[in-house]
Amino acid sequence: MGNITVKKIDTERPMTFLERIYIWEILRGLWITNRHFVVNMFFHVLNLFGIRTRRKGAVTIQYPEKHRGWHRRLRTSHYLTKREDGSPRCVGCMMCETVCPANCIYIVAREHPDPNVEKQAFKFTIDMGKCVYCGFCVEVCPEDAIRMDSGNLDISSYTREDMVYHIERLLDRDHDPADYKDHEKWMKEVP
Amino acid sequence: MLVEIIIKIVIILAVLTFVLSFGGFLTWVERKQSAVMQDRIGANRASILGLRLFGLFHIVSDGIKMFTKEEFIPRTDHSKLFLIAPFIAWFFALMAFTVIPFSNTFQIAGYELSLQIANPEIGILFAFAMMGMAIYGVVLGGWASNNNYALLGAMRAAAQTISYEVALAAAAVGPLLVYQTLNMQEMVQWQGRLWDGWLPLWGIVVQPMAFLLFITAGAAETKRVPFDLPEGESEIIGFNLEYSSMRFGAFMFTDFIEKILVSCLAVAVFLGGWQVPLLTPEGFVLRGETLLTLTPLVVWLVQAAAFFLKVCVVVYVLMLVRWTLPRFRYDQLMNFGWKIMLPLAFANIIVTGLVMIVLKG
Repeated sequence: MGNITVKKIDTERPMTFLERIYIWEILRGLWITNRHFVVNMFFHVLNLFGIRTRRKGAVTIQYPEKHRGWHRRLRTSHYLTKREDGSPRCVGCMMCETVCPANCIYIVAREHPDPNVEKQAFKFTIDMGKCVYCGFCVEVCPEDAIRMDSGNLDISSYTREDMVYHIERLLDRDHDPADYKDHEKWMKEVP
Repeated sequence: MLVEIIIKIVIILAVLTFVLSFGGFLTWVERKQSAVMQDRIGANRASILGLRLFGLFHIVSDGIKMFTKEEFIPRTDHSKLFLIAPFIAWFFALMAFTVIPFSNTFQIAGYELSLQIANPEIGILFAFAMMGMAIYGVVLGGWASNNNYALLGAMRAAAQTISYEVALAAAAVGPLLVYQTLNMQEMVQWQGRLWDGWLPLWGIVVQPMAFLLFITAGAAETKRVPFDLPEGESEIIGFNLEYSSMRFGAFMFTDFIEKILVSCLAVAVFLGGWQVPLLTPEGFVLRGETLLTLTPLVVWLVQAAAFFLKVCVVVYVLMLVRWTLPRFRYDQLMNFGWKIMLPLAFANIIVTGLVMIVLKG
């Protein structure tokens, strides 16, 4: 039996004298934080007096007013598309309700007045509190009736009932940001 | 006699107003300064009629929040102690301001006016005594909470405060040997001396080592980061665990008051108090040449403003330290206090004493 030689790597660097007496390292740390304060304050003051600088005093994006922008492929809250006459495109085929892993879609279908179309959705309810944003409903829809690119992610409410979106809410696009597709604009407005 | 009492009451109210409003202001400063240091913006949402004023209204909104929150009182045999504990800490922290000389004395209509509530001969000892008493509020609060974690936090606070109290007092002995007085006003007057006609002999010039020790021990004494083990708001829970509403606010506010207190003491003992370099009662004088003539009232105002400005600078530095350094581990804290701070303070006393003997011949 031969011996196994293990190469031992000592990653611990011995501390230098200045590091060991501690106070010098504290002063270096204070210098860094103080530099951040002074430089940021300088730009804050310039911006306060209306001087536009490329560099800002803070990296904060003031969220509700300003927006970082989202990637084109991000799945945001659902909406239902409409036909030219304004009626929902959904034909009530129950594909999305069936595929939904969270069981958060509830559809009630009815007869469509147009004899060429078999059915239409009478009720179409999504419980946003249950939705897992998998996007299967969009993938499976044969009519391109449901989409998940509204650009709206500010989904919050005080009650569980308000988290349930009914068909009127899903057809109504007024809730969504108007320029939700204008990706370039959002990205440019980063302060 | 009546006039003197009225003058004293006015001065007390002035000092109290200054300390409390400055303490409230510091809650905003702390948030904003840390934000700017960390490339953030900080609290800026509170507004009155759309007016934001850099978030200054957060002081008001925080106060309203503290007063209107639900107050929780744990089921305990010491509920009376639980209720008064924050105000014991608060009271002793404020008491120490009695001896702080905020300004020079000013003669007007036969009365000696000075923004100092009392000027006892034992001035600085009184301040230290009150700072030491402030720990009672914390310990009683932790004990009366009927909660093991609060009690442990209070014990940490007691151990830490007592350890650093020794170093704090020992650090202050150096300057006391130099000034040969315990009276705060006389200490500040001593620091008006000039070396070679231009360098003001402030405490930081004659006792740089003691200044460093004093600021460090002062930060530990007032439970500031990196010595904030008694509170440890982010992970280890501290003595104020069971407190809510304004009683918690009182503990928090006491911290800010003590921070001002340590800054005031450091300014009075080490940074020349209200002294402005080269400023004499006649104006700015350099080596016998008058550079600028000022009336006594203007001089007095400039000196009071100088004290305030120095306090602001020390507070800024303390906050800078607070937002730069991570917290000590408990054994590191004790080692640092007893094995580094205290020997250094004693060495400083011995060296100072020897130098004093040699200088006096």
